Amino acid sequence: MSMIFGVPIAVLYGQLLIGIINGAFYALLSLGLAVIFGLLKIINFAHGAMYMLGAMATVILFDTLGVNYWVALFLAPVLVGIVGVLVEYFLLRRIAGQDHIYSLLLTFGVALIMQGILTNIYGVSGLRYSMPDVFKGGVNLGFMFLPFYRAWVIVAALLVCFGTWFMIEKTKLGAYLRAGTEDSQLMQGFGINVPLLVSLTYGFGVMLAAFAGVLAAPIYSVTPVMGSHILIVVFAVVVIGGLGSIGGAIITGILMGVVEGLTKTFYPPASSAVIFLVMVVVLMIRPSGLFGKEA
Amino acid sequence: MSQTDIQSDIQASILRQQKTENRRKLILNGVLLVLLLLAPFVLYPVFLMKILCFALFAVAFNLLFGFTGLLSFGHAAFLATGGYTTGYLLSNFSGLTTEMGIIAGTLVATLLGLGFALLSIRRQGIYFAMVTLALAQLVFFFFVQAPFTGGEDGMHGVPRGELFGLINLEDNLNMYYFVLAVFLGCYLLVQRIVSSPYGHVLKAIKQNESRAVSLGYKVDRYKILAFVISAALAGLAGSMKSVVFQLASLNDAHWHMSGEVILMTLIGGMGTLLGPVLGATLVVNIEYQLGQGPLRDWVDPILGGIFVLTVLAFRSGIVGEVQKFVRKNMG
Amino acid sequence: MTIMRKLLTSAVASAMMVGGAQAEISDNTVKIGYLADMSGTYRGLAGPNGLAALKMAVADFGGKVDGAKIEIVTADDRNSPDVASTTVRRWVENDNVDMVAGLVASSVTIAATKVLEESNKLGLVNGSAASSITNEHCTPNHIHYAYDTYPLANGTAGAIVKEGGKTWYILTADYAFGHSMENDVTAVVEKNGGEVVGSIRHPFPTPDFSSFILQAQASGADVIALANAGADTTNAITTAAEFGVTQAGQTIAGLVVFLNDVHALGAEVAQGLQLTTGWYWDLNDETRAWSDRFMEETGDRPTMVHAGIYSSTMQYLNAIEATGSDDSQTVRKQMMDTPINDMFATNGRIREDGRMIHDMYLAEVKTPEESSSEWDLYKIVRTIPADEAFRPLADSNCKLVSSQ
Repeated sequence: MSMIFGVPIAVLYGQLLIGIINGAFYALLSLGLAVIFGLLKIINFAHGAMYMLGAMATVILFDTLGVNYWVALFLAPVLVGIVGVLVEYFLLRRIAGQDHIYSLLLTFGVALIMQGILTNIYGVSGLRYSMPDVFKGGVNLGFMFLPFYRAWVIVAALLVCFGTWFMIEKTKLGAYLRAGTEDSQLMQGFGINVPLLVSLTYGFGVMLAAFAGVLAAPIYSVTPVMGSHILIVVFAVVVIGGLGSIGGAIITGILMGVVEGLTKTFYPPASSAVIFLVMVVVLMIRPSGLFGKEA
Repeated sequence: MSQTDIQSDIQASILRQQKTENRRKLILNGVLLVLLLLAPFVLYPVFLMKILCFALFAVAFNLLFGFTGLLSFGHAAFLATGGYTTGYLLSNFSGLTTEMGIIAGTLVATLLGLGFALLSIRRQGIYFAMVTLALAQLVFFFFVQAPFTGGEDGMHGVPRGELFGLINLEDNLNMYYFVLAVFLGCYLLVQRIVSSPYGHVLKAIKQNESRAVSLGYKVDRYKILAFVISAALAGLAGSMKSVVFQLASLNDAHWHMSGEVILMTLIGGMGTLLGPVLGATLVVNIEYQLGQGPLRDWVDPILGGIFVLTVLAFRSGIVGEVQKFVRKNMG
Repeated sequence: MTIMRKLLTSAVASAMMVGGAQAEISDNTVKIGYLADMSGTYRGLAGPNGLAALKMAVADFGGKVDGAKIEIVTADDRNSPDVASTTVRRWVENDNVDMVAGLVASSVTIAATKVLEESNKLGLVNGSAASSITNEHCTPNHIHYAYDTYPLANGTAGAIVKEGGKTWYILTADYAFGHSMENDVTAVVEKNGGEVVGSIRHPFPTPDFSSFILQAQASGADVIALANAGADTTNAITTAAEFGVTQAGQTIAGLVVFLNDVHALGAEVAQGLQLTTGWYWDLNDETRAWSDRFMEETGDRPTMVHAGIYSSTMQYLNAIEATGSDDSQTVRKQMMDTPINDMFATNGRIREDGRMIHDMYLAEVKTPEESSSEWDLYKIVRTIPADEAFRPLADSNCKLVSSQ
């Protein structure tokens, strides 16, 4: 077996694939953040909590109403999206125009509230959620066993990411969005309801997080605190990509998944630090991130 | 009346106003000082010391956030570095007197602060917050893995020892007055810094950085110095905390601690001197008192709610709002 | 105000001393402080259900012991040793708390027991896993009751090697707790003729284990041991199930796994997992009867921690009744002298280092077909006798052990 730095090539292929799968997750989460920051200039520290809400909603919908995975895949993000719209309408709107830092602090508070309430109701041991039957098992690729579900994660995440990018960058609706958030008075003049647009955009951003939450429900421990750790990592990803860059968030997400995966192979103890290290280095060299416009 | 008369009249009235304001401040500070001196006879000294340590931490943070306009999301790193360094030295080198351990902890935190500052100072706004957060995460991961910190177990049994080899700090009252003295010293130091010409440049940077640059100030140097002083004081707070509690733990290095100090500063009133002190007192009390009562399961949501409320309703914080009120109604 | 009260109580106390009434219950109240994580990561381990178990014990005593009222105060430790140390200090100095129960995160427990030692009160530790609590951190003022990592690691590893799992791969949480467990397991595996073929130190916490599971799979080891805890463990087990680890013939050994973890995972995911536990609700009629009562109170089946809290509190109150005193050392001595025979343990006894030793059980998680209800999760494979299970006193670094 051929080796690279003492690691068999076959293992390395496996790790690369795993890296891409995790990267797809990061891409989905950081995309939501990038949409929210890029269009609304809101630093959404509640993103991790929204991801958690998506996963919790999936489990709770199943336990109470018997809603299956496929329905949850649509229903949970919609419900969380509604929560997002309410948060925007009742809270974030009131600090529009203030320094972005305030949106960070406000959403941090919102995250604490959601996490705390759900912890009191559901505890933190984790909620049980079974893998949908279709996805049980996997396929042997020769260099690794690929569970069907992971294959599905990568397909679903990339589809949604690409769709979002396409919608914002290439369609008329996207053009309205970008214009509306950049020059709201002008768009208001054209008869477009900008405040509604803002609420919906925030709602859409957190829907992406919730969608990632649904994808996570069968494979990760679902608890009210599951979002608080990933939040910081995803923020680092967005900053590396360049705050507000939609395409940058997607590409960087996948890239960071791979970087983390390789670190897990060659030097595991550093694998949670590596993204932050990359972030510091990137910002030294390119202050607005890899794909960000110069401020 | 001639014009010069009017001018001198105005000047006199401004002077008078300043005088009354100064007198008011003096009385307020005097009352506070007496209260602080008497407090340990009424309230629990260790708890008071905890408040003082966090108040110092918040004062340090506020120097950077409130007066210079730089939001660091990584100040937990300095608190923890101070605490772990002092704890390690005092536990392992019995020849060291307590104040030497504290000074050493502060120095290491200062150096770390210099490193952070050099790496982050050119970034603006949210990027600055994120770089400091990333660096603090690296420090956190180091503390989790480093054997001397005891990982999740924490570092325990740090001896309080004797101050200058003379005063026994095992005694809670002695310890309290020592912490109080250090705290007051630092508070006065920050007060001096803020009202000095240097402090005015910091405020100018906060208000409009590009104008400060065009006025010929080497803005980066001013900001680095502010960052380093802030880190040093935060480290000092951590060092004292490890002596007071005789332990140091990962909680102090976690990013939630960086968030908590923001809350303390914000709720009390950023950019005011007394604000962070009040904020720290409040937050520590909320966490502790609620933790004992029937609402003990709801501390996090309540803190979150306070965050939201502060940002929405009174961004200048308690002290800031009171100052506004006083200026409006009694000026 | 508090000062006044303090002065008064100490005056009363000294008056009693003069009366020579050693065997007295101070201020005619036995006050128990319950300190645990009520809102964070370890809430499931002891948390509100642990408080329910404590209240059950007090209720079973009729709220009174030897004529003195039993009172409970509670606090959330927020997993912070600062909070723990302040709370316990205030409890013992101002509120006359006699005993502190619960105690989960190791940092919290160590901080609390240091205060208890200074003020000579008693701590009954049930939540914590770290075996250092009765080793280098032992004090004459606490008892570690339900379990610790030593039997969990050694019981599981020893038993699996004996059953033929010869080659081992260890996934270790990269901090002091994980490292010490990795060392313990390695020693046991090698002593029993097995071999550790590899290990990975993963960051704490790790949200995604697929990369590490893949490497463990590639090692071809018979057994993959998880030297981590909490969400890390449950995430690793979920991922292992997803990647078909057990189907491919490898065994997963969880070193620190609790019933609430397995319940969260479900039999389908956790099936075949081997673990060691100090107690299980479905052991015998007595455990079932108590667990039914517990379930009525809380809606959940108790873990070994909950059962330990109940049992240790009963032992404590029994000792007060027997001696007529709530003096820490008198009570502790009485507890050490009395063998423990109740629904929790058979012939359990408390050693001089404060370790309560009792039989432990090697359990295997049932398959979904074997499991008849959501809490019917373990089958007991083997009983590990008390003397084999815990760290021998000969290896102890505890200052209280006379051989030291």
